Amino acid sequence: MKIPLSYSWRSLWTRRLTTILTLAGITLVAFVFAAILMMAHGVEVAMVDSGSDDNIIAIRKSATSELTSQVDRESANILKTHGEIAHGADGKPLVTSDVLVVINLFKKVSHDLSNVSVRGLSPEATQLRPQVKLSSGRMFQFGTHEVIVGKSVSQRFDGCEIGGTIRFMASEWLIVGVFDADGTSFESEIWSDVEQLMPAVGRPIFNSVTMRLTDPNQLDALKESVQKDPRTQSVDLKREKAFYAEQSKNLAGFIRILGTIVTVIFSIGAIVGAVITMYAAVSNRTVEIGTLRSLGFQRRSILSAFLIESTLLAVIGGLAGIALASLMSFVRISTVNFGTFSELAFGFELSGQVIISTLIFAVVMGFLGGFLPAVRAARLSIVNALRSS
Amino acid sequence: MKVLKLAIKNSFRHSLRTILTIIGISIAVMSFGFIRTVVTAWNAGVAASASNRMITSHSVSIIFTLPISYRDQLLKVPGVSGVSYGNWFGGVYKDPNDFKNFFPRIAIDPESFFSLYPEFILPEDQLAAFKKDRNACIVGQKLATEHGFKIGDIITVEGDIYPGTWDFVVRGIYKGRDATVDETQMLFQWKYLDEKVGQTQPGRTGQAGWYVLNVQNASDLATVAKTVDDMYANSRASTKTQTEKAWQQSFVSMSSAILTSLTVMSYVIIGIILLVLTNTIVMATRERIREYAVLKTLGFSGRHIIALIGGESMLIAVAGGAFGLLLTFPATGGFAKAFPTWFPIVVVEPLTIALAVASAIVAGIVAALFPSMRILRMKIVDGLRTIG
Repeated sequence: MKIPLSYSWRSLWTRRLTTILTLAGITLVAFVFAAILMMAHGVEVAMVDSGSDDNIIAIRKSATSELTSQVDRESANILKTHGEIAHGADGKPLVTSDVLVVINLFKKVSHDLSNVSVRGLSPEATQLRPQVKLSSGRMFQFGTHEVIVGKSVSQRFDGCEIGGTIRFMASEWLIVGVFDADGTSFESEIWSDVEQLMPAVGRPIFNSVTMRLTDPNQLDALKESVQKDPRTQSVDLKREKAFYAEQSKNLAGFIRILGTIVTVIFSIGAIVGAVITMYAAVSNRTVEIGTLRSLGFQRRSILSAFLIESTLLAVIGGLAGIALASLMSFVRISTVNFGTFSELAFGFELSGQVIISTLIFAVVMGFLGGFLPAVRAARLSIVNALRSS
Repeated sequence: MKVLKLAIKNSFRHSLRTILTIIGISIAVMSFGFIRTVVTAWNAGVAASASNRMITSHSVSIIFTLPISYRDQLLKVPGVSGVSYGNWFGGVYKDPNDFKNFFPRIAIDPESFFSLYPEFILPEDQLAAFKKDRNACIVGQKLATEHGFKIGDIITVEGDIYPGTWDFVVRGIYKGRDATVDETQMLFQWKYLDEKVGQTQPGRTGQAGWYVLNVQNASDLATVAKTVDDMYANSRASTKTQTEKAWQQSFVSMSSAILTSLTVMSYVIIGIILLVLTNTIVMATRERIREYAVLKTLGFSGRHIIALIGGESMLIAVAGGAFGLLLTFPATGGFAKAFPTWFPIVVVEPLTIALAVASAIVAGIVAALFPSMRILRMKIVDGLRTIG
């Protein structure tokens, strides 16, 4: 015979103070666990979604990031001529040769200098990166010292509004627009005309070349012909999305490792809390358990009733933790991106996987915490249990 | 004294519960110490910087370099008694996905480096060998142990900022004067970098990533910075001169969001210590309500009751705190092993220990507060009437 669920539920309610204290512990742990997963996921969203599966990025072999890569003008021009590359409505190949430099700007809140990426692009870049949309102002004019700034740059750095100017390397740049890029890393960049940026910063070499293929499956064919040409042998081609995924691995991985260590330690604390609560619940209810047994409930039913009680506690704690953590999705923070050596803004991103992982984690905590006390409850002999005061 | 004895006896009436609570607290204290140590390890570079050194770098950002001709001009600036320079080399050593292979590789000037950085200790003969060979390099003791580098070994690095395959011969192994010196670096001759870059990219020669200035008088720091930056204000390679501490700080502050969230987490941990302990004390007092009522009937005052409950709470808290501190050292040691080159200096600070102890004690007091109040306010009759 099974003990009804309401028994477990009411038992929790009877000892409210203890229940709430244990619940608070589990909620805190679930919150930290979910927040860390959301942070790592946010880094991945910001970085991986910057790339598209249809685009191919060319960087120098052995370069670990776009910033340390070098592609000279000759190679860039040869890459443009390959037959696999798509052409725009105006008949020009859909290719952008980018220069990426890092400059210092003052932050709004702390007034500290911090690094920001400035990207120079070719006119075709907007067709290659459709996720970038102007939210206010207009696009910069090619051939002038005009720039547009990403949303998070304009929010976090001093003087980065439309009409403002940015000075570096004895040159001045007028901000004419602010753009939105679906939360991707482009939002942490400043965009300008590559042909203006190159002479201004004294860089005769591009950092990367990004191109669109007529058929995304032709990557291997293109790779082969690029490798055969001795003039472009130093260049490596990658799918843009895969490239950005590779770039995010270090940062997201670091957050995960540190986060896992911390939550594992935390969860031991929470499990101990649950064990204490459940042992107390068992010893307080010895007579009650004896009564249940003499009414004909089996050991198995007692065991499952106590396990259900602790699991119920954990599920409520887990849900409360997720609810708290979901508030974090309004928060956007920034950290250094080792790939571009500048600040990357990202949010805490909630996903179905984060919710499921947190719930599983909470249930495991509750189950482990309730197991030993439940075994003790099930093992009590009827006579002794009824006799205890 | 008798009250203390009773408190000790009380805390072992439910020995399983007490032991579990102690385990819970020690794990929380350990993770508190662990997280704080990680945060201080992050700031280690700032703590290790010397007050008599200033760094001059390109005003736009670290990725731009300065002409080597600045060196002689900087030497003439009043207050500057020595100048050295360096370049970040980067590159890829073996598998870049292995954290172990990510150690700093820096081009330096062997003639001036060691007088500006007296904390880097290299034997005389090794220094001579390092200066003699153009492609010589020296590695830190920690790095050498980690990778098994010996004198005469060749380290091959695939360049990224400076393309090509680079071979370096280990000619020396340096040691730090004290624990704050980063022993995970590889240093090699700036001239080797300059000559080899000249062969493939002639336009990139004669460039230093940053200059290190030796300023003996602290009062000169501000004027030196201003003189130097004014000198180059209108050139294409304008400079930013700051103390070594501020320069190191600028790297740390870029990851300040992660540091802030870690710090917040360490406070959440104190909250968890409190919850676990309060839970135990609340349960223990509830079970013993009748006993407290008997004690009150016998004439024991409120002070005795507080001492009894508080003593038990403190006993558990302090035991947990002590075990937790003991566990902190192996935990941080393991972390230092996992990220040997990311965090070259991992030391548990005295302040961390003090804070961990303090938080355990505070938790002990706070946890006893609520249950003691309850017992003090309770009417004796109600207490006697209670059924556990």
